[in-house]
Amino acid sequence: MTIEGFTPLSALIGGALIGLAATALYAATGRIAGVSGIAGGLLRAGSGDAGWRLLFLAGLVIGAGATGLAAGMPTLRIDASWPVLVIAGLLVGYGTQLGGGCTSGHGVCGIARFSLRSIAATLVFMAAAAGTVFVMRHIIGGA
Amino acid sequence: MPGLAAALAAGVLFGVGLVVSQMIDPGKVLAFLDVAGRWDPSLALVMVGALAVAIPGFRLAQRRDAPVLGGRFEVPAQRAVDRRLVIGGGIFGVGWGLVGFCPGPAIASLAFGRLESLVFVLAMVAGAWVYHMYPARPAPAPA
Repeated sequence: MTIEGFTPLSALIGGALIGLAATALYAATGRIAGVSGIAGGLLRAGSGDAGWRLLFLAGLVIGAGATGLAAGMPTLRIDASWPVLVIAGLLVGYGTQLGGGCTSGHGVCGIARFSLRSIAATLVFMAAAAGTVFVMRHIIGGA
Repeated sequence: MPGLAAALAAGVLFGVGLVVSQMIDPGKVLAFLDVAGRWDPSLALVMVGALAVAIPGFRLAQRRDAPVLGGRFEVPAQRAVDRRLVIGGGIFGVGWGLVGFCPGPAIASLAFGRLESLVFVLAMVAGAWVYHMYPARPAPAPA
């Protein structure tokens, strides 16, 4: 194993901003800043609270775009083929709804509350993701 | 209305954090997940930064009886680590590892106009939609 491309400072600062965003939403409105949960709520019939959900999701796009304009467009390395993008998207969409959260909901907000469910979920999806990368790159890809 | 503004502001801040931390870049995420290859540990520090703010932040927020803007703290009621959590987390992790997008970065990346982002997000919405159309039943009680 070699370490490469390590960017500790931007990672810590960016992470702190994400933590601040999650804290602000929770302190102000009592909502959990879990992106899959916020988006999934839009698909539940008759939940009647689409407004804040749509604004939060729009904010993600606005915040990312504004940072790109101010500090230069970020690199996006998306190497997957279209069929893989579709399969992965379907899995992420279905899995996060079944598992009740994703990296933000379980990984940040849940762990911040010391939720046992969220700690377990985070360990499971991290392990599954690392295992998938291992299979794709080192077994199938032969890297 | 202040609740809507808070949701937008939290979303914007979250989006800024995703770009600053470079979590928006699937290549960076995959390099973190590839522990057997040229490993980039940065994203562990994104989590450290987020939790360093969110752990005290959530604790401070909960000193109040209710959120600043009213309503109640919507803490998930479920406690048990059940089969759905583990299977859902596993399915999500496989999808995450295939491309390097989880829900937040995928949606935020729509700001940069890449067709791959749109394909992934549409597939993700479709996957979530399937779940809400055909919700998985809770496992039957053992006989």
